[in-house]
Amino acid sequence: MATQNRRDFLKTVSSIGIVTAGVAATPTKLKADPENILSNERNGVLVDTTVCIGCRRCEWACKKSHDMQPGSIDDYDDKSIFDIKRRPDHTTHTVINAYKGNSISKPIMLKAQCMHCDKPACVSACIVGAFSKKENGSVVWDESKCIGCRYCMVACPFQIPAFDYHKAIEPDIHKCDFCAERKGNGKLPACVEICPVEALTFGNRADLVTLAKDRIKKNPKRYVDHIYGETEVGGTSWMYLSSVDFATLDFPVLSADTAPGVSESIQHGIFAYFIPPIALYALLGGIMYISKQKSNKEEE
Amino acid sequence: MELLHEALPLKKKYFTPGVVVLLILAIVGMAFLLARFVFGLGAITNLDNQHPWGIWIGIDVAAGVALAAGGFTTAALGHIMHRDKYETIIRPALLTAMLGYTFVALSVAVDLGRWYSIWHPLIFWNGNSALFEVGICVMTYVTVLYIEFLPIVTKKFIGNVRLKGFLAKLNKPLDSLLRTLDRGLNKTMFVFIIAGVVLSCLHQSSLGTLMVIAGSKMHPLWQTPVLPLLFLLSAISVGFPMVIMESTLASRSFGLKPETEVLSSLGTIVGPLLGIYLAFKIGDMFIRETFYYLTEVTTASVMFSVEIIFGVVLPLRLFLTKSVLKSPQGLFIASLLVIFGVLLNRINNFLVAYNPPYATSSYFPSVGEIAVTVGFICLEILLYRWFVNYFPIVSVPSKPANNVKYSVTGA
Repeated sequence: MATQNRRDFLKTVSSIGIVTAGVAATPTKLKADPENILSNERNGVLVDTTVCIGCRRCEWACKKSHDMQPGSIDDYDDKSIFDIKRRPDHTTHTVINAYKGNSISKPIMLKAQCMHCDKPACVSACIVGAFSKKENGSVVWDESKCIGCRYCMVACPFQIPAFDYHKAIEPDIHKCDFCAERKGNGKLPACVEICPVEALTFGNRADLVTLAKDRIKKNPKRYVDHIYGETEVGGTSWMYLSSVDFATLDFPVLSADTAPGVSESIQHGIFAYFIPPIALYALLGGIMYISKQKSNKEEE
Repeated sequence: MELLHEALPLKKKYFTPGVVVLLILAIVGMAFLLARFVFGLGAITNLDNQHPWGIWIGIDVAAGVALAAGGFTTAALGHIMHRDKYETIIRPALLTAMLGYTFVALSVAVDLGRWYSIWHPLIFWNGNSALFEVGICVMTYVTVLYIEFLPIVTKKFIGNVRLKGFLAKLNKPLDSLLRTLDRGLNKTMFVFIIAGVVLSCLHQSSLGTLMVIAGSKMHPLWQTPVLPLLFLLSAISVGFPMVIMESTLASRSFGLKPETEVLSSLGTIVGPLLGIYLAFKIGDMFIRETFYYLTEVTTASVMFSVEIIFGVVLPLRLFLTKSVLKSPQGLFIASLLVIFGVLLNRINNFLVAYNPPYATSSYFPSVGEIAVTVGFICLEILLYRWFVNYFPIVSVPSKPANNVKYSVTGA
């Protein structure tokens, strides 16, 4: 896969496109593993936590674009909300939390949302393949497939997917979809668009890595030399810059191994072309036959 | 000799004070369950975004599957290895497995947010998902268990179909249908028996793969790439202790003579099986150097130590002791310890070890969750009691020969 050249890649993408179109065209869904497209053109966002002022306009814009009762934008000026640490849930797909910085009087403002992993654990884990990684980098959830088992929540290394615990019928899994629909219409993600201080930079993920490295190089005092998300769990579409060690901002310390890596290799090991189960079946059949012959002989 | 192995319906009195207590607990559980379906999961469970899985998955499903392992282990021993002396324990173990897996499926269904979409995995496939594998395997295995149980049903009704009124016309065709079914099953049963063992090995291990994807969210004492192997080995070693425990309880409850001889020789197999499991568990601990975590007193280290010492090491010692193997009480207690060990292991793996990065609280089951779990277990026992009363499942040892007329025809 690593040596896949551009032509092969385009072929794959176009064939996936054709299949997708076929699926969309036929009323009955096809049986297939979920998509996990890793396009070179995939989008990303670079979050510069040294720039963010914690105005929470992104929270409002996110709710507004996802029809989630945003309320008045003035309510978002309330700073007392920073007294507690919040997480994205069924009422909001992104939150800003305040963290004490080093010696600076100003707190560090930290936006949390789905990281849109390149090799997402949720996509690998979902029993019905309701999650998929799209060509534009978005990891999205398909309401029509979900059975509400919440295995995605168990799998996610960033503790992002949230569930409607108080809905008896059609409870949803909630998470940031990286504005897949808006991007499709040529618009910026809602949070990026509204950010007044350009703390969020949207673009091609590869370009963003270059940009981030450039910023660190030019301002070595402003940033720690670490782009969170560049390599974590095999890379994420959303990446962060910070003035302090990421562990102090409650970022989980993760290696470059992809989240579903071990699990998938075990899974595919046990089921390699169905050889192990068939071999076990044959072995047991053999034992059964021989032991039956033996006990028949003893009876005679 | 043949007669000694004949399983008979017990036909004992169904209602006893104990049964009434079980019935009340079951009804309470079902009442909470009703609330879950009306108001959603959040209304009666302590589940939240930090702890998406609770005891319904950790105990009812994960431990439930492991504790129903008596079905495939006895099938492997009795049918595949053809050890005829274990014939008498196969049917009770099969019944437990059938009921156990039925309740596993039910527990999954009530835990699903969209329970009415439980059939989706049949059409939406994800071969990368360990849960998909578990789901498909369990569905298939439940079917296999029902098929394996069918001969007991046909045996009961062949020559015994007596519908009344206008349905009486159906008696003859039904009877011949049962006979055909019985003959067909007789010839093909080996296919299902082997399939049952293979399917069990697959999903018992995949159940271990489930938590591997949680990665660093799971405490290193339990998080290991050999989890599937550990799950399989522990399931295999808890199979016979479950059979011993149930057989002992059933004989006590129905006032039958305990089958100590069969259970003792079954017990001799448990020791080596537990030994293999312990060897892998300790070996894994040393290879990954996780014993370091045992040097400090935390919930994790205490739970891990209790699981290993009281759930594996102590019963292993007991099962290797001759006097224990010879006494019904000794066997019973040693078996209970193994069951406790595996139950605790599943709880540890799915609940205790799980600690997400942004957790602000730890999970403890709500009254509703406990009530439903207890209710399901009670229902299972009640059904077991009804089945052994009504169907030829339990072999009554040393029945005098003049009782032949009560045996079931059609065998």
